[in-house]
Amino acid sequence: MSSWIPLWLHKLGSPPTFYRFAGTLQPWATALALLLGVVGLYGGLVLAPADYQQGDAYRIIFIHVPSAWMSMFIYGVMGVASFIALVWRIKLAEVVAMESAPIGAAFTFITLVTGSLWGKPMWGTWWTWDARLTSELVLLFLFLGVIGLYHAFEDRRQGARAAAFLAIIGIINVPIVHFSVNWWNTLHQGSTVNVFGPSKISGAMLWPLLTVTLATKFYYVASLCRRARTDLLDLESGKDWVRRIAEDEAGR
Amino acid sequence: MPMNPTRKRRLTIVLSILAAAAVAAVLVVLALQNNMNYLLTPSQVQSGEAAGYKTFRLGGMVKAGSIQRASDSLKVTFTVVDAGGAMPVEYTGILPDLFRDNQSVIATGHMDNAHFVATEVLAKHDETYMPKELKDAMAKAHADKKIEEAAAVQDKLP
Repeated sequence: MSSWIPLWLHKLGSPPTFYRFAGTLQPWATALALLLGVVGLYGGLVLAPADYQQGDAYRIIFIHVPSAWMSMFIYGVMGVASFIALVWRIKLAEVVAMESAPIGAAFTFITLVTGSLWGKPMWGTWWTWDARLTSELVLLFLFLGVIGLYHAFEDRRQGARAAAFLAIIGIINVPIVHFSVNWWNTLHQGSTVNVFGPSKISGAMLWPLLTVTLATKFYYVASLCRRARTDLLDLESGKDWVRRIAEDEAGR
Repeated sequence: MPMNPTRKRRLTIVLSILAAAAVAAVLVVLALQNNMNYLLTPSQVQSGEAAGYKTFRLGGMVKAGSIQRASDSLKVTFTVVDAGGAMPVEYTGILPDLFRDNQSVIATGHMDNAHFVATEVLAKHDETYMPKELKDAMAKAHADKKIEEAAAVQDKLP
């Protein structure tokens, strides 16, 4: 019973199998991301009621919070993949880690920009150096550092291993981002949506928020599949399976 | 997955680097704990914790009814309170949308004798989101009790 899981994972870890698997998964993930994104944003921007305190301005939450969650989630995935890449030297784990970084950096950037746009009218400032904002900015720099280090090496696999080290060390920042609002006095408010304990948001606002969050998860899956496939073709360009795909494409 | 000696060695190295980085981060965070407080509350200021700072951030709630605007300028005075203290604040400039009675605010500035002169006032908002109708209904439900209690507590503050 315990042996079939590693075998299945082992198979998926081989580049041609993953290439096919990601090719099947990617259109479904894209479609779900689009569908959930449209439904969630319609629910958030049109159906949800205005907030008692912030009026309509709070609606930027439907972009800001899902992006912020994704910035931490993607860093977590990158960290785990980096760990696997360093210990087991699995090529696919390196690809997943390195191709997650630009997506994560994009979500972190969106979080910082929408937070800034939200902060100006509500708090009265674009930016302040409190623990939450600063640690999120550090997260962006960590993503950019991983991307930069990866591309600084002539040999891509060597670059991936060096960048994986940075990614692993940087994972310590993820709990700091999450708990910063509890550990220190910050301008940023505490968590609204709680897995353990009641959430402090009304149901009509919560479901669009969770729907957009799900949409961003599927977007990440779709984007990662596409990026990983391209990367695998490039990395394995001398191999038979890539040659066969190239011949098929040429014969079309 | 088989664990051959090479993998075991790599696993040990990676785990010890991760552990070392975690310990370093915890030490840095603990060392910075005192300096990383973004703001001081009125009671902290009154107990002398702000003595070392030329400028600092003062955080607390705007005491209901304490906001007074000058008729000929943007000057505004109000009182910031927390559970155990109160501090009069003076500010000249434009206030954020959320600035109102009973709102958490963070003011940056310096002490001038017994009152605080702010150069910037930021409003902090809470983590609660709900429609106005729900808020009104809830407020009505415990209007008689909670709000009067809160007012009574605040009136006792200096």
